[in-house]
Amino acid sequence: MPFKRYVEIGRVALVNYGKDYGKLVVIVDVVDQNRALVDSPDMVRGQMNFKRLTLTDIKIDIPRIPKKKSLIAAMDAADVKNKWENSSWGRKLIVQKRRASLNDFDRFKVMLAKIKRGCTIRQELAKLKKQSV
Amino acid sequence: MGKRVVFLKQLPSGLLLVTGPFKVNGVPLRRVNQSYVIGTSTKVDISGVNVEKFDDKYFKKEAKKKKTKTEGEFFESEKEEKKTLPQEKKDDQKAVDGALIKAIEAVPDLKAYLGARFSLRSGMKPHELVF
Repeated sequence: MPFKRYVEIGRVALVNYGKDYGKLVVIVDVVDQNRALVDSPDMVRGQMNFKRLTLTDIKIDIPRIPKKKSLIAAMDAADVKNKWENSSWGRKLIVQKRRASLNDFDRFKVMLAKIKRGCTIRQELAKLKKQSV
Repeated sequence: MGKRVVFLKQLPSGLLLVTGPFKVNGVPLRRVNQSYVIGTSTKVDISGVNVEKFDDKYFKKEAKKKKTKTEGEFFESEKEEKKTLPQEKKDDQKAVDGALIKAIEAVPDLKAYLGARFSLRSGMKPHELVF
């Protein structure tokens, strides 16, 4: 029951509401009880309400409010991008984005592939059932 | 239901000239209004197809011959008229589809795609779908 992900300087969070929806940002300072100063390599440093953030497991080592260059260097050193893309949460989001971007022809091809996969699975299952009888 | 066809060109009247191709899904060379169509981002190579000769006059209906009807003839005449498609139009269809089907078969699964119908299933949100 205890908390595992804390709001701290260097905590990586996912923006879940607003203009920067879906971006990964780093908490670089805490403004007050409700807001954090937040920064990311591709955005201007600014404040965000905690309600707009979902904390991740990733934390990087930075001093309070680093310069953009040192923030980027720290993110590279901690390999945030790869850690995120290999985590199950990150992988799920990537799959969701891919599915949303499929065009009508792609959806047709996916349907054919699903049918083919189900067919081979059922054939293997039938073989195994026959053996065990 | 939602037939998937190949768009060839826009005619001067604003209607779209499309073809199935006929062998693939039964849609002949015909005109269709933009409002009843969803454009997709899938493209087929139609450089081998010549659509210069098709325009709105080609699709105009032939003027019906006026017949004077007496009571006896009134019931019979409806059965005698049969409209067959002129051979020239059948040849045009074959010419256009010949080159087109070769281009379609070059892309894997595209022929099956054009032969299938489109419909909205449960969970599909049209305003979120990418076509």
